[in-house]
Amino acid sequence: MAIGVKVVTRPGSLSQQLYLPAIAEGMGVTFKHFVKNFFGNLVGMRKKTDIQTIEYPEETKKYPARHRGLHRLMLREDGQTRCVACMMCPTVCPAHCITIVPEEAPDGSIEKRPKIFEIDELRCVVCGLCAEACPCDAIRMDTLEHAKPVYRRTDAILDREELLSRGAKSVAVQGGVGAFWREKVAAVPQTQPDAAVLPAGPPAGPTPVATFQRAKLDQESDQTPIKG
Amino acid sequence: MGYGTLVFSILAGVAKILFMILGFLMPVASILTWLERRQSSMMQDRLGPNRANIGPFKAWGITHFLADALKFMFKEDFVPPMAHKFLFMWAPVMAMAPALIVAAIVPFGPPLCWGQLLETGAACNQPVPLQIAHLDIGLLFYFAIASLSVYGATLAGWASHNKWAMMGGLRASSQMMSYEVTMGMAVLGSFLVYGTLEPGAINDFQTSFLNFDNWRASWGIFSQPVGFLLFLTAAIAETKRTPFDIPEGEPEIIGYFVEYSGLRFGLFFLGEFLEIVTSSAIMITLFFGGWHWGSFIDGFLFSHLPNVLFVVAMFTLWAIKVFIFCAFQLLIRWSLPRFRSDQLMQLGWQRLLPLSIANVVGTAIIILWAQL
Repeated sequence: MAIGVKVVTRPGSLSQQLYLPAIAEGMGVTFKHFVKNFFGNLVGMRKKTDIQTIEYPEETKKYPARHRGLHRLMLREDGQTRCVACMMCPTVCPAHCITIVPEEAPDGSIEKRPKIFEIDELRCVVCGLCAEACPCDAIRMDTLEHAKPVYRRTDAILDREELLSRGAKSVAVQGGVGAFWREKVAAVPQTQPDAAVLPAGPPAGPTPVATFQRAKLDQESDQTPIKG
Repeated sequence: MGYGTLVFSILAGVAKILFMILGFLMPVASILTWLERRQSSMMQDRLGPNRANIGPFKAWGITHFLADALKFMFKEDFVPPMAHKFLFMWAPVMAMAPALIVAAIVPFGPPLCWGQLLETGAACNQPVPLQIAHLDIGLLFYFAIASLSVYGATLAGWASHNKWAMMGGLRASSQMMSYEVTMGMAVLGSFLVYGTLEPGAINDFQTSFLNFDNWRASWGIFSQPVGFLLFLTAAIAETKRTPFDIPEGEPEIIGYFVEYSGLRFGLFFLGEFLEIVTSSAIMITLFFGGWHWGSFIDGFLFSHLPNVLFVVAMFTLWAIKVFIFCAFQLLIRWSLPRFRSDQLMQLGWQRLLPLSIANVVGTAIIILWAQL
């Protein structure tokens, strides 16, 4: 059986078949936009026009507050890192971009602290699971910054000092008080930490292990692409 | 004496050609390439290209056309290995040259009174008409040359040895041939009204804006409104721009210049805008009073300015008129969607052609009946 031909009648008035009224209407719309945008832009009233363009290097779009940007490590009230090297974040990280080497904390109230804390921003998939998994509010992604462009892949690895440099003091309660912690904390009298008792901060500069990793990765990245 | 006059007219002709091409057509067409992007973006709530600058000179990015030209010059000029080399090389020239040649018949200002340049309101002893070629067959010359530009598109499509280019060339030739008929018929109405095909003479008729006593003296749009619409439609179809841009049809076949790159593509690109300028100029000559701006403005400027300033002022006003028409064509191009190939043919042959014939017959009947 041959393919049937279905003739579709298109009902249309004379003015529709003439095209001209519809054309005039359409051109009126575009012309209205043109006049508004053109003259508004000419007299420097960009805000009043409909122009949506963001002229990038001069203007930047404001990120929403929950934007996931570069990581940072938060600080305790005494300026130490809040991280207790519990290894939650490297465990949950789907891209395995977090490296933590723990060490014993000199402060008796905390068992561990990170000796090395490195995040490879090139491997990071910006999922935010590390910040979500962290029980201490130690790692956050609320800097509203991009990962910076780098010349070498190893430069994209952020070490602890760099992560801490963006950090701020967090007021979240820490230390395993458990359920009903608000009441429990309110019951304990707050004491000012004594500067003399507190241990010295971590040594400045890249730790030996980080330096070793960087050198090794430098060697690899110069020769072979990173294997997936 | 006769020898001196000959030398003078040759020199004047060369000067007019150089002025028209280098002083008007090329700059305006180049600026239109930028203006189109800027105007379209304003219509679509964007900003458009506004970055190019020469040092501190920015002027809303008007120097983008210079940047484009530089880019075209330094791009690789690729010739496909299977292409017909000679035709491939010359097709862009064939596409662009007609647009330049056509401008020869356009009157672009009142006659310059040589020797009386500083006299106000003088009768000319030695007038230099501001029209490159005074041709009695004027409009026929326009059709003859404008229809040559179809060779540029068709040869480019054929010589590229590319299926899509071939399709574009075929579409271009069929479309342009179809709409030339309507275009000729549309102008026939003006020919009946004015009794001449010479653009300069048609221009000289339309001295006042709207004249009820002598309607030949008013702008052509009032005596030939249907003719204007038909001519406008056909002229847009001839320039192969939206809504008649199926020979290019970027989303489907790219068009007859798909294989072109560098400055050769630039010639096609510029030729398209040159066609806009010249078709606008012809449209103004036929339907919008040429360089006339109504008897009041003309007379005032004529009686208050020395001849040379009068000519400069009228040329500027004419250029503004052309520019408005170019901008209007750009507005059409960015407002309307594209026709389908069969719709295009249907519109051309079943709607516009009968309408243009009716326009010619109607005009003739009115002129005969009213003994105008």
